Amino acid sequence: MDDKLTIAGRVFGSRLIVGTGKFSSGEAMRDALAASGTEIVTVALRRVDLDATGGPDILEFVDRDRYLLLPNTSGAIDAAEAVRLARLARAMGLPDWVKLEVTPDPRYLLPDPIETLKAAEILVADGFTVLPYCSADPILCKRLEEAGCATVMPLGSWIGSNQGLRTRDAIKIIVEQAAIPVVVDAGLGAPSHAAAALEMGVDAVLVNTAIAVARDPAEMARAFRDAIEAGRRALSAGLAAVRTDAEASSPLTGFLDQIEP
Amino acid sequence: MTFLDVLERTPVRELAAFAMRATDLDVSRALAKGSRDLEDFAALIGPVAGDRLEELARASHALTLQRFGRTVHMYAPMYLSNECLTTCTYCGFAKDLPIARKTLSTEQSLCEGEFLRGHGYRHVLLLTGEHQKLTGIDFLCDHVRALRALFPQISLEVQVWGTDEYRQLAAAGCDGVVIYQETYNRDAYARFHVAGRKRDYDFRLGGPERAATAGIRRLGIGALLGLHEPWREDAVALAAHALHLLKAAWRQELSVSVPRIRPSASGYSPEQPVTDRELAQLICALRLVLPDAGIVMSSREAPGFRDRLVPLGVTHTSAGSHTDPGGYTEPGEAEGQFEVNDTRAPEEVAAALRALGYEPVWKDWDSAMRPKEAEETASA
Repeated sequence: MDDKLTIAGRVFGSRLIVGTGKFSSGEAMRDALAASGTEIVTVALRRVDLDATGGPDILEFVDRDRYLLLPNTSGAIDAAEAVRLARLARAMGLPDWVKLEVTPDPRYLLPDPIETLKAAEILVADGFTVLPYCSADPILCKRLEEAGCATVMPLGSWIGSNQGLRTRDAIKIIVEQAAIPVVVDAGLGAPSHAAAALEMGVDAVLVNTAIAVARDPAEMARAFRDAIEAGRRALSAGLAAVRTDAEASSPLTGFLDQIEP
Repeated sequence: MTFLDVLERTPVRELAAFAMRATDLDVSRALAKGSRDLEDFAALIGPVAGDRLEELARASHALTLQRFGRTVHMYAPMYLSNECLTTCTYCGFAKDLPIARKTLSTEQSLCEGEFLRGHGYRHVLLLTGEHQKLTGIDFLCDHVRALRALFPQISLEVQVWGTDEYRQLAAAGCDGVVIYQETYNRDAYARFHVAGRKRDYDFRLGGPERAATAGIRRLGIGALLGLHEPWREDAVALAAHALHLLKAAWRQELSVSVPRIRPSASGYSPEQPVTDRELAQLICALRLVLPDAGIVMSSREAPGFRDRLVPLGVTHTSAGSHTDPGGYTEPGEAEGQFEVNDTRAPEEVAAALRALGYEPVWKDWDSAMRPKEAEETASA
């Protein structure tokens, strides 16, 4: 079985997408990206030198021959802003893939479902490959799929919170129903969280904070890479069913075997 | 409900008194909590918590790291004018002080802007004294429009305005508004602000909420430590203000600041200055009660001290600052607002931050996120 991640017809060897915020330096970020084995790297357009002024630019540390650059609209509070940012990035020669983020609340950075769907419709019509960050809402995910998004990216828990898969039950439904890849986008704080997501059938995960603020970001990136491979392998191998109690024998019907014929 | 109503119901004095007698158990309880309230904050700024500063700092550092990572946002102040019709008895711009005055033209502010941009800055904070004629709303809108081609992020720290004026500023391209109440104590406020429009305490207090209503994206609030004593009362009121804005202005990014008063032409100096240790403790306590708020520290603090406060919770900093209008490209022509303590160049501060394991972030916003009107007028 060909077990590669395919998004919008493009095949990827890694199921880990890495974010570029919060690193202590461009060098630390570059090393972590390399160690993670990732092939998709997302960058906040707000931090990119879009006017090409030669000013400080986070893109200096992202090897674009090696990674697919996935620009994101972090900071946008409504559909109009997100669309404007994405178009500006494309005009600057960045890829027409966009990680759509519409987060009107700067504290929990929760995605606005209504504006996200609106922006997705506009951007898809505009020829973008759209990967929307969204609430773990199965119906919203279906609506985003119908709008023509390339993936859905429901949150595992609040962004940056490292709480893991708090939305597990909803993600289960989203995976069950999705005809496009499901990428868990936020809140994964430990490699074990990522492994659990892959074991559930999630197609890929996006990790940023847990890697960026680790004592050794490159080593943590490797740990995530390994966990994601393990989780995926476990899924393909077929996980044994979970039980709540041990089953020794057949307490109710065992007697039938004792009866002499 | 506005913050004016909230503040009237907040027992600021009692909470500051509680801070002084908070026990070890109170501090432990506040530290153990996941989400903290004003009473926890009070416990964390008291003397007993001060004895456990390292413990506070660890918790504060962990929260800062989780929310902001190993990054520090860099901004540059640019004074457009030191003309002022207000008398604040602690300020170097006060109306009756015989100082050299200057107001920049848009050409001059563009020169200053080019200079700052050359040093890497993409976020500029524009400041003026309070002069209704010379630095009124049209003046401010003109400068914002002129500078927005150079800076994706423009904030203002000027006199307070009504909602309509804030709308005009937002449409011109202003992203952030900074309004320090200076002191939240009404009596002290009246004592220090003896003449001019700034005397209107209530109007100033409501400024951040009006700016939010007008669609300004970032709000900065602060208290000037060294005016009202005991300082813990102002600290409590500031925290209450921040907690209120998190609810009332939920779309806005919030930052807080606790500048200590510096020597200036006014000659004012506080009777009991806030110590370095107390300030560090206050930064930690602010972080612990406001995990997501930016904490701003300007170059009014000393180099070594300032750098070491970053891991404790500071997220926004300036460097190489001048507090006189035109001070970057035509220094010495006008009086500054106060003496800068950290005179290192932006590059030096950036290097010091990197040495501490932090990435200075110069660009963290894009003009594409400005209101449509601003962009349309820009291309017209």
